[in-house]
Amino acid sequence: MAQSAEHVLDHLELFRGPEYQEMLAKKKIFENPRDPAEVERIKEWTKTAEYREKNFAREALAVNPAKACQPLGAVFASVGFEGTLPFVHGSQGCVAYYRSHLSRHFKEPSSCVSSSMTEDAAVFGGLNNMIDGLANSYNMYKPKMIAVSTTCMAEVIGDDLNAFIKTSKEKGSVPADFDVPFAHTPAFVGSHVTGYDNALKGILEHFWDGKAGTAPKLARKQNGAINIIGGFDGYTVGNLREIKRILALMGIQHTILADNSEVFDTPTDGEFRMYDGGTTLEDAANAVHAKATISMQQWCTEKTLPFVAEHGQDIVSFNYPVGLSATDDFIVALSRISGKEIPEQLARERGRLVDAIADSSAHIHGKKFAIYGDPDLCYGLAAFLLELGAEPTHVLSTNGSKAWHEKMQMLLASSPFGQGCQAYPGRDLWHMRSLLFTEPVDFLIGNTYGKYLERDTGTPLIRIGFPVFDRHHHHRSPLWGYQGGLNVLVKILDKVFDEMDKKTNVLGKTDYSFDIIR
Amino acid sequence: MSLATTQSIAEIRARNKELIEEVLKVYPEKTAKRRAKHLNVHQAGKSDCGVKSNIKSIPGVMTIRGCAYAGSKGVVWGPIKDMVHISHGPVGCGQYSWGSRRNYYVGTTGIDSFVTLQFTSDFQEKDIVFGGDKKLVKILDEIQELFPLNNGITIQSECPIGLIGDDIEAVSRAKSKEYGGKTIVPVRCEGFRGVSQSLGHHIANDAVRDWIFDQLESDGKPKFEQTPYDVAIIGDYNIGGDAWSSRILLEEMGLRVIAQWSGDGSLAELEATPKAKLNILHCYRSMNYISRHMEEKFGIPWCEYNFFGPSKIAESLRKIAGYFDDKIKEGAERVIEKYQPLVNAVIAKYRPRLESKTVMLYVGGLRPRHVIGAYEDLGMEVIGTGYEFGHNDDYQRTAQHYVKDSTLIYDDVNGYEFERFVEKLQPDLVGSGIKEKYVFQKMGVPFRQMHSWDYSGPYHGYDGFAIFARDMDMAINSPVWKKTKAPWKEASRAKLLAAE
Repeated sequence: MAQSAEHVLDHLELFRGPEYQEMLAKKKIFENPRDPAEVERIKEWTKTAEYREKNFAREALAVNPAKACQPLGAVFASVGFEGTLPFVHGSQGCVAYYRSHLSRHFKEPSSCVSSSMTEDAAVFGGLNNMIDGLANSYNMYKPKMIAVSTTCMAEVIGDDLNAFIKTSKEKGSVPADFDVPFAHTPAFVGSHVTGYDNALKGILEHFWDGKAGTAPKLARKQNGAINIIGGFDGYTVGNLREIKRILALMGIQHTILADNSEVFDTPTDGEFRMYDGGTTLEDAANAVHAKATISMQQWCTEKTLPFVAEHGQDIVSFNYPVGLSATDDFIVALSRISGKEIPEQLARERGRLVDAIADSSAHIHGKKFAIYGDPDLCYGLAAFLLELGAEPTHVLSTNGSKAWHEKMQMLLASSPFGQGCQAYPGRDLWHMRSLLFTEPVDFLIGNTYGKYLERDTGTPLIRIGFPVFDRHHHHRSPLWGYQGGLNVLVKILDKVFDEMDKKTNVLGKTDYSFDIIR
Repeated sequence: MSLATTQSIAEIRARNKELIEEVLKVYPEKTAKRRAKHLNVHQAGKSDCGVKSNIKSIPGVMTIRGCAYAGSKGVVWGPIKDMVHISHGPVGCGQYSWGSRRNYYVGTTGIDSFVTLQFTSDFQEKDIVFGGDKKLVKILDEIQELFPLNNGITIQSECPIGLIGDDIEAVSRAKSKEYGGKTIVPVRCEGFRGVSQSLGHHIANDAVRDWIFDQLESDGKPKFEQTPYDVAIIGDYNIGGDAWSSRILLEEMGLRVIAQWSGDGSLAELEATPKAKLNILHCYRSMNYISRHMEEKFGIPWCEYNFFGPSKIAESLRKIAGYFDDKIKEGAERVIEKYQPLVNAVIAKYRPRLESKTVMLYVGGLRPRHVIGAYEDLGMEVIGTGYEFGHNDDYQRTAQHYVKDSTLIYDDVNGYEFERFVEKLQPDLVGSGIKEKYVFQKMGVPFRQMHSWDYSGPYHGYDGFAIFARDMDMAINSPVWKKTKAPWKEASRAKLLAAE
């Protein structure tokens, strides 16, 4: 027996001992296992160009897709408003999943309710669930706003949120003037970034365009403020705080729309804050008067930005600006729109990032990378790699569109380091597995699920993306701004150096290169 | 120091009753009436816990429950390692449940094992409008081509499937025939069915019955020599290796485990189970259905057991041995004796650090009752417990064998109720799920996830008990809990108590 009270062995070590290994070997006979030689043969076959071709010929099956469904994004956007409770109309299991998913990434509570529709609601519609649900949520959780979205069940049966909310108010579920913005967020259209977009547009539409016919539309009186939309972002905590710091440095009057940087980073001090921070409802309404709205992620705001533009504002969008040039463009745009000068401090921060790149680029230059993730994140990271002299060989976005593909290819074509690099819209991580075997790269950038690719193909994984379940607290550090660029650079460099050490640490064989100065 | 130990049973009862009344005040009248039936204070001697269960959750209250899909794909079918499980419908369900349940297995993932892969039909609008059966046909072909060593395929229905009128049964039959009798199992576990995960377990059990057992040749011989000591482990999902640290004890006492349902399980093991002499059932809730079926159809007796903590393990080993001859009975005694020194050492080390600490639980399946013995072996006391998706037979077992007089009982508790209960009762530890973890930690209350073992485990068996004890100790006695208040801010009464 290997177990002891002095040195408790858990799953990491316990099963490696002879008792368990013998037990597992004996279990095999009941499993009717495949011939090990056959397993080996197929394993090798999956690494071939032939398999890659068959894999890429898939038309129906998705294996390990790198995207989630709309309501997740809707919940993420909704909690970015002060005192707002997301309410997802449909089956309740979905909400359990969104909450778990967000909590596993942020290591934070995630509050959200469901209208718990079951078979009878599937037949008769979910109106009663909405009526009861809004009343219960309002009484129990004392929100300032309830933001409604939908699961695919409610969408398939065609529940009408506008009518349902109106009826619920008539029945007294919530006061008539209580804010209940809504968005239809069918899971079978787009992905979580689409849901973010729909929910945010729904909330802005509610405040700007007369609260579903219950109030006058707001008349826009332009002021000098700028609205910033972060988009769906696993680094929302660090990123939005960094953006606010930069805006404060420049003295720009601003509103962050859907500011969930506080609610996903509350202190442990004896109190559970179900709501914290967030864009105030007043600010959300007044955001209509802003001079311009900047989206940090174009493909998270495909509907929201045109909606904002229709109200007379200038709109500018970025693609997850990471690194030097993208941050330059962002800062210059801020200055141009606001008429404010760029303070010397930002020039110094920029200089420090240039300094760091100059110090270290020799270790990244010419290295090949594969990247996957949400469309904007992929674009932003690829652009940064190009300016580091690295080659973003494969850029894959399961929720990337045709337009994304074109824009990505243009970016790749614009740089000598992008020649021979390829963007893959609509593909999944099983496609990526083939790519990593047939056209190998030095490093992989992606979320936690990339560890399966690292295990199978040996490509070292740099964890940047959503979700990251198996490393802690990185969401608190920004990837945006010059400081964020530095953080990304260090993440990449750490992995480059770790790999160098791993490859050179064999005593007496390769350790002549096991240098202490690199 | 616990609040509970300073009070008499009558005082605790009165306090708990008052607490329930107080919590119900927040609700609109109709909801208060409905929720009142799910909350109670247990009275010793009663045959159940006096709560209603397995009833629809109330809209808008933040229930912690999941859905039928979670019960079928996430719990019962997902761990069967050599079959491909398709999350059939939109992308989300499969994505959120991808690899998160820690059903350990040994196999070459992606080649002959598929547990931690996310296969989905990723429904688009056109699939909703025109139906998904054609897409499903193509998916099955693509799986056959790209994953040729799979031993079977299951189709796990998400909500839209049942709403758009797809005939996944017809597709399954046709494709099975085309592939020479390949096992293809359609499962009607749409998330809107039933009131929780529980119906998903039942539907999944029925699918095993209809699409695996009923397809077996009646005189089929197992691929191995049978023995009088063949048993099957039913209802162990091998979370963090639980089934392995259980199996080792059964084999040490002389039994032979011919199947694991379903952690680290395989299609062949499911098919062989009707040849078992005894089915031993850990998670009664999720697999009692198939156990009863095997009893009726194949005459296989089943017995419930509990491998959490040495008291229940010893009791269970003797109970299981009771179905066999003296050789096995002696084997059980030998195993209990063998592990006694480990048990003594674990208790000697951890009990002094955990003595009289109080615990509140809220979990699914078997755990709201099964883990109580393990806490008691460490000198701890469970002062509140409840089931996410239990039925009345769960509450009967809880009342008759596990909970103490005046324990607070909460069925299908929601965020609001659970927070108030914990705030008032100030337990030293809460054991629940990921959605609850950070809420209570923010409140300064130590917490362990009791679904996933908080990424630790196994907790089953004697080896698991040592890990359980270590983990509870590290949660409760972490120095961080004395630091939640800034020194320049006055500590509240609750924090002073917690810090003692």
